[in-house]
Amino acid sequence: MSTPTDTATDPTPPGDERDDPRLALLRGMVRIRRFEERCVELYSAERIRGFMHLCVGEEAVAVGLVGALAAEDAVVSTYREHGHALARGVPMSAVLAEMFGRASGCSRGRGGSMHLFDVSRRFYGGNAIVGGGLPIAVGLALADALRGHPVVTACLFGDGAVAEGEFHESLNLAALWRLPVLFCCENNRYAMGTALEFEHAQTDLALRAASYGMPAWPVDGMDPEAVAEATQRALATIRSGSGPCFLEMRTYRFRAHSMYDPDRYRDRAEVARWKDQDPVDRLRARMVRDGGLDGASWDRLVAAVDEEIEAAVAAAEAGPLEPVEDLTRFVYAEPS
Amino acid sequence: MSAVTSAAAPGTELPPGRMTYREALRESLREALRGDERVFVMGEDVGRYGGCFAVTLGLLEEFGPERVRDTPLSESAFVGAGIGAALGGMRPVVEIMTVNFSLLALDQILNNAATLAHMSGGQLAVPLVVRMTTGAGRQLAAQHSHSLEGWYAHIPGLRIVAPATVADARGMLAPALASPDPVLLFEHAGLYASEGEVDDTPVALDGAAVRRPGEDVTLVTYGGMLPTALAAAEALEAGGIAAEVVDLRSLRPLDEATVLASVRRTHRLVVVDEGWRSGSLAAEVAARVAEQAFYDLDAPPERVCSAEVPVPYAAHLERAARPAVDDVVAAARRTVG
Repeated sequence: MSTPTDTATDPTPPGDERDDPRLALLRGMVRIRRFEERCVELYSAERIRGFMHLCVGEEAVAVGLVGALAAEDAVVSTYREHGHALARGVPMSAVLAEMFGRASGCSRGRGGSMHLFDVSRRFYGGNAIVGGGLPIAVGLALADALRGHPVVTACLFGDGAVAEGEFHESLNLAALWRLPVLFCCENNRYAMGTALEFEHAQTDLALRAASYGMPAWPVDGMDPEAVAEATQRALATIRSGSGPCFLEMRTYRFRAHSMYDPDRYRDRAEVARWKDQDPVDRLRARMVRDGGLDGASWDRLVAAVDEEIEAAVAAAEAGPLEPVEDLTRFVYAEPS
Repeated sequence: MSAVTSAAAPGTELPPGRMTYREALRESLREALRGDERVFVMGEDVGRYGGCFAVTLGLLEEFGPERVRDTPLSESAFVGAGIGAALGGMRPVVEIMTVNFSLLALDQILNNAATLAHMSGGQLAVPLVVRMTTGAGRQLAAQHSHSLEGWYAHIPGLRIVAPATVADARGMLAPALASPDPVLLFEHAGLYASEGEVDDTPVALDGAAVRRPGEDVTLVTYGGMLPTALAAAEALEAGGIAAEVVDLRSLRPLDEATVLASVRRTHRLVVVDEGWRSGSLAAEVAARVAEQAFYDLDAPPERVCSAEVPVPYAAHLERAARPAVDDVVAAARRTVG
């Protein structure tokens, strides 16, 4: 089995993050936000093609939840997974190279934006079939349980997945077998262009999950500290051996569903109301208010992130293309 | 290898080395469970019930509920969980009651099991085995009787095998579990009670077998149609035609070398396939022969397939829908002229 060519890890966090964990959350969110905005430019410049789904507005979930996991835990994600991958430590250059279709991409150019994989970090991919990742998460947790590994599989999906049969089947099976799965629903209120109230008879998604006999509760998904705290609680419950938990992260995407979406179905005022809850602005303001952040340190943080992004763009651009002769590789496992 | 029958198996007293297809499958499961602690079995009614077709009878008692797991009626979840467990280092054997039910798990089989290795750039492998029953002949009508092996054989990333003999039923699970790729193993419902010899010869996952030699016409078949093809060959021999019977055994990859070598000797081809004719595996075999051995043929290839209807209930209608010995004999005679 091969691993992504670029195995560089995140730059070491500045020392002040060890003093205030909020700085790591803030920095993680800014990293994702600026990365996604850079992806828009790269998409417009036709450097990135295909479907691309951005998580601008939903960064608190990525940093709060994924950041709370241990390295041994597993992550199963969806097609809106740039933020999850970055928060998990997948190198930014490998993510970008993947979207550029390069051999140095984290899926060797075979996955693109929707299918980022990094098995060395137990990041089991962006799954682009809504609900399709849930059974896999149950199976990963089953394997860990059978092998006696005390780890958790975090499974991220959206509110649209809750309407799929695989949601019901997977929650039932995980609860029945008391498997260590953290089901995390990023409820951004829209299944592509269909609003929550047009897709669910019962819009209280945590209530639905609770009916399978697992702890389930809603979380302010626009607050990374609330997300991290809820995740820690859920992880402690799961690690105690009592079975899965479900967190409904109430969040919102500020941008359209994908780069193809003209966003005709949302009221501008609604989008503006949610933007008032911007997770980056909220945490930044909170930290400024209590003296945890000043203008200069904010500027330094943003500059460092931008520097990382530009270095990642350059590295991705320099990456080689997979030779066409290798088109049919990896259809079947290759001898290692 | 001596015949070992489960204490709980229904009264079967066969001589050593001889067992039923069902027992052969059970023995292969038992051997795998004994030999590799990563192996576990899951599916609907595989434990307390003993398996819908009694293949797993007695395994729960021997190996316990952690390794012989009854699942809810959730084909998508338990097949997907098999994929996840395979990714997580286990060697799951998932049983689906019938190929018709497998359609509820088609998303997991196609979009995950068959694609994850490629889509991850080779980082992932899915060493999963899925066993399922296929085929008609028991008056179970149109939602329990279809033969969709050909559909699955269309999909790159999967390996498809169809044991047609007791020896293959005994010998195919071990190489399937040793494969790093997802393997679908199709068991024809009409074969479970068949009896045969087993031996220690290892079974390869990708090689066809010549079940009967002959020089006048090649009958290519697989799975539940092997007995039909062999009976047709007997009938043809009485009429002075020596038919060679090739059992594909593996439907993906296809061992076309064995098929082509046979056709180059006999110069005539009849494909016998319980699937529907249009877009069938029979079509694939005929096309490959036409592409690669066209000038060796003395007659157009013939296909004997199921009638293009959902399989009906009434015995005479079901019989009429499936390839029969007489159909194969008639097709072979047409090629000989």
